[in-house]
Amino acid sequence: MAEIAEKKEKIPRQSMPEQAAKVRAKNFEEVPTGYSPEVAMIEAKRCLQCKKPACVEGCPVGVDIPGFIGHIRDGKFEQAISLIWKRNGLPAVCGRVCPQELQCEGLCIVGKKGEPVAIGNLERFAADYARKSGECELPVKAEPTGKKVAVVGSGPSGLTVAGDLALKGHEVTIFEAFHKPGGVLVYGIPEFRLPKEIVFAEVEGLETLGVKLECNAVVGRTVSLDELFEQGYDAIFLGVGAGLPTFLNIPGENLIGILSANEYLTRSNLMKAYLFPKYDTPVVRGKNVITLGAGNVAMDSARTALRLGAQSSRIVYRRSRQEVPARGAEVHHAEEEGVEFHFLTSPVEFKGNEKGRVTGMVGLKMELGEPDSSGRRRPIAIKGSEFELECDLAIIAVGAGANPLLTQSTKDLELNKWGYIVADEATGKTSKKGVWAGGDIVTGSATVILAMGAGRQAADSIHDYLTRGW
Amino acid sequence: MFKIVGREEMANGTVVLNEIEAPLIAKKAKPGQFVILKATETGERIPLTMADTDPEKGTITIIYMVVGKSTALFKSLKVEDGYLDVIGPLGKPTHLENVGNVVCVGGGTGVAVLHPITRGLKQAGNNVISIIGARNKGLLILEEQMKAASHKLYVCTDDGSYGHHGFVTDVLKDVLTKNDIKLVVGIGPVPMMKFVCKMTKDFNVKTLVSLNPIMIDGTGMCGGCRVSIGGKTQFACVDGPEFDGHQVDFDELMLRLQAYTEDEKASHDEYCNLKKEKA
Ligand SMILES: Cc1cc2nc3c(=O)[nH]c(=O)nc-3n(C[C@H](O)[C@H](O)[C@H](O)COP(=O)(O)OP(=O)(O)OC[C@H]3O[C@@H](n4cnc5c(N)ncnc54)[C@H](O)[C@@H]3O)c2cc1C
Ligand SMILES: Cc1cc2nc3c(=O)[nH]c(=O)nc-3n(C[C@H](O)[C@H](O)[C@H](O)COP(=O)(O)OP(=O)(O)OC[C@H]3O[C@@H](n4cnc5c(N)ncnc54)[C@H](O)[C@@H]3O)c2cc1C
Ligand code: SF4
Ligand code: FES
Repeated sequence: MAEIAEKKEKIPRQSMPEQAAKVRAKNFEEVPTGYSPEVAMIEAKRCLQCKKPACVEGCPVGVDIPGFIGHIRDGKFEQAISLIWKRNGLPAVCGRVCPQELQCEGLCIVGKKGEPVAIGNLERFAADYARKSGECELPVKAEPTGKKVAVVGSGPSGLTVAGDLALKGHEVTIFEAFHKPGGVLVYGIPEFRLPKEIVFAEVEGLETLGVKLECNAVVGRTVSLDELFEQGYDAIFLGVGAGLPTFLNIPGENLIGILSANEYLTRSNLMKAYLFPKYDTPVVRGKNVITLGAGNVAMDSARTALRLGAQSSRIVYRRSRQEVPARGAEVHHAEEEGVEFHFLTSPVEFKGNEKGRVTGMVGLKMELGEPDSSGRRRPIAIKGSEFELECDLAIIAVGAGANPLLTQSTKDLELNKWGYIVADEATGKTSKKGVWAGGDIVTGSATVILAMGAGRQAADSIHDYLTRGW
Repeated sequence: MFKIVGREEMANGTVVLNEIEAPLIAKKAKPGQFVILKATETGERIPLTMADTDPEKGTITIIYMVVGKSTALFKSLKVEDGYLDVIGPLGKPTHLENVGNVVCVGGGTGVAVLHPITRGLKQAGNNVISIIGARNKGLLILEEQMKAASHKLYVCTDDGSYGHHGFVTDVLKDVLTKNDIKLVVGIGPVPMMKFVCKMTKDFNVKTLVSLNPIMIDGTGMCGGCRVSIGGKTQFACVDGPEFDGHQVDFDELMLRLQAYTEDEKASHDEYCNLKKEKA
């Protein structure tokens, strides 16, 4: 075994070609350009085809990783994608945005001695291959059951529920508040990381399965849950995400040029402000941009700012580099593109001019103290360490909360103290009969794959209910 | 597509009315609520208050002033054309209850927003005095409708070309002095609302205003519409758009409305040039 491992390790992890940092920091095209079939097959050879694959345990939806990688190695790409689809309906998305270093790749045996097998890159390759060649067989749909399901929200959780239940023969309609489907995948994550064409292709796939899509439908306003039941829906899934922006509540925060990451990214991605004036929606184009926070959302904002012409784009984070919650690849890409990091700095106040526009941020230096409840060392302010950073655009990316729009209008839905929906961990059932919930609206901001996992569980439970009862 | 079934120009073509097919929204909408409209694939999401609804016919009516690119584009739409997206009803409805004597003050296109509220307040049993104003006679809208919705109507023009010569606040002062007023509703340009509130504060009369900050989603997920109410930040699209006027930071609102002035001008100029070239 050890011998084989050594032999295999001789093939280095195949890197994915990327646009050069200087070039890509000025355009919105995707950064990594994908494996060629030849390179994918070489990378696939690195997999040891373990009998008890550790990687699969790290995958929240249990994709048969050695199985699909084996097919790629053998050049059977259609079989590879069919196998992935059995567990994961959005592989082109997951291959691009999952935190693989914390999941499958983090547990890969090959990674113990060298670099792990590039599972994410291979997943992406298989999915892109299928989309481009169009050669793959569609999954078979069960006989119609005559049952109707309403899915509220078209993010990854909602799309997963819709796909699973449509395959099981139920009649599914997705209700989405925005004018375009996809949730965070479309309004939040930028084009250079996840081309929208990919998300829309996935949604079209659902429509071919017979899923109906109603955009511009704000459930709780345009139609209530009880009205959906009256209209004949037998079950409802709520996958409305955690779309409430958090602000800092510090002086000067309402100056012009201070935007929540939600607003900044929605303008740029969903409304395509990066193509202004071809598209009508504008967005503040800062020369000196500060982004507060260091998660994926912050990286996306800081990198978008560069592409919109910023001369400097700085991340300001309260904690240290070790605590940065963003995916490793995003931090790496951001640094390559020229995003600067200011760690252990906390915002205190914004300064503005007579036109009400932001001109700077006062920051306070921090040092790390004892670990807090999250196990991370708590940052403590250093007295008298205030300093000013110049900026004409500040983006607040310090987290999101539960949007109360739907939950407030639905009185019999139990919420926790932060306003998230209380749902059974194994099934997604809520306190309201016939209503399930999953994704960020239950867990708080998490990941695409966890939202999909929750969707999968809820779909199983809904199917159970529709065929057997509550 | 949301089809336009009725169209009218007012105030010398500076204001346009559209009646639009949107049955789900028409069934749900209440006075004070708004919709967000987007005309084309590349268009902006524009918030406009519903000036009227017809649940039976399944239509809503919007009345808007042509001020920039998007409203100019809306104006170019004809009957049988349509909007790609209409979202609503959004915002909290006006709390309509019987309090006694109320005054409804409207300026410019604000009168369109004020009209359904005025009608609702009258239906709720209030004695309604209304005051509407415009820069000149030609720009005055909905005079007849406001007359029908109120017990008494005063009309003002800044240049004296019609009705009382002067601002709505002049008449308001007189009305507040002579009557025991319980509630004032003031809707119009931000400076007008600011002055109305200044005056009603002196008389210590509760005042509602409807705020129009720049919005995107209208569902509370971006915070672009934030306004300061009594020193606290609120989202106008979900916490409003109506607020206690005495708590509103109007100066901040006025500044924030200027956030994209340069871009908006560039966008509008380009649109007008394109139109000229076509013609
Ligand atoms: C900028 C950004 C970058 C991210 N990067 C990553 C990443 O790299 N990797 C990763 O794994 N995760 C990432 N995440 C997190 C991930 O996107 C989310 O965890 C995931 O999208 C949650 O899925 P969801 O189905 O719960 O809801 P969402 O994707 O939030 O979708 C919810 C949908 O419901 C709609 N909705 C809300 N209310 C209503 C209503 N009342 N009626 C109708 N529709 C409604 C919304 O408009 C939205 O379309 C990122 C998040 C953001 C914001
Ligand atoms: C809740 C609400 C209800 C409204 N109801 C009405 C109404 O019934 N009738 C009416 O005539 N107007 C109404 N408005 C104002 C209307 O939305 C703006 O006049 C319109 O968006 C201008 O767009 P434009 O592209 O034509 O002009 P632009 O040239 O883009 O802008 C002109 C001015 O309009 C404001 N504005 C620009 N974009 C937006 C936006 N996305 N959201 C809000 N304001 C913006 C800005 O202050 C800007 O300086 C309402 C606004 C809100 C928030
Ligand atoms: S742990 Fe690594 S080597 Fe083993 S099956 Fe998974 S990807 Fe292949
Ligand atoms: S318009 Fe986005 S929160 Fe109000």
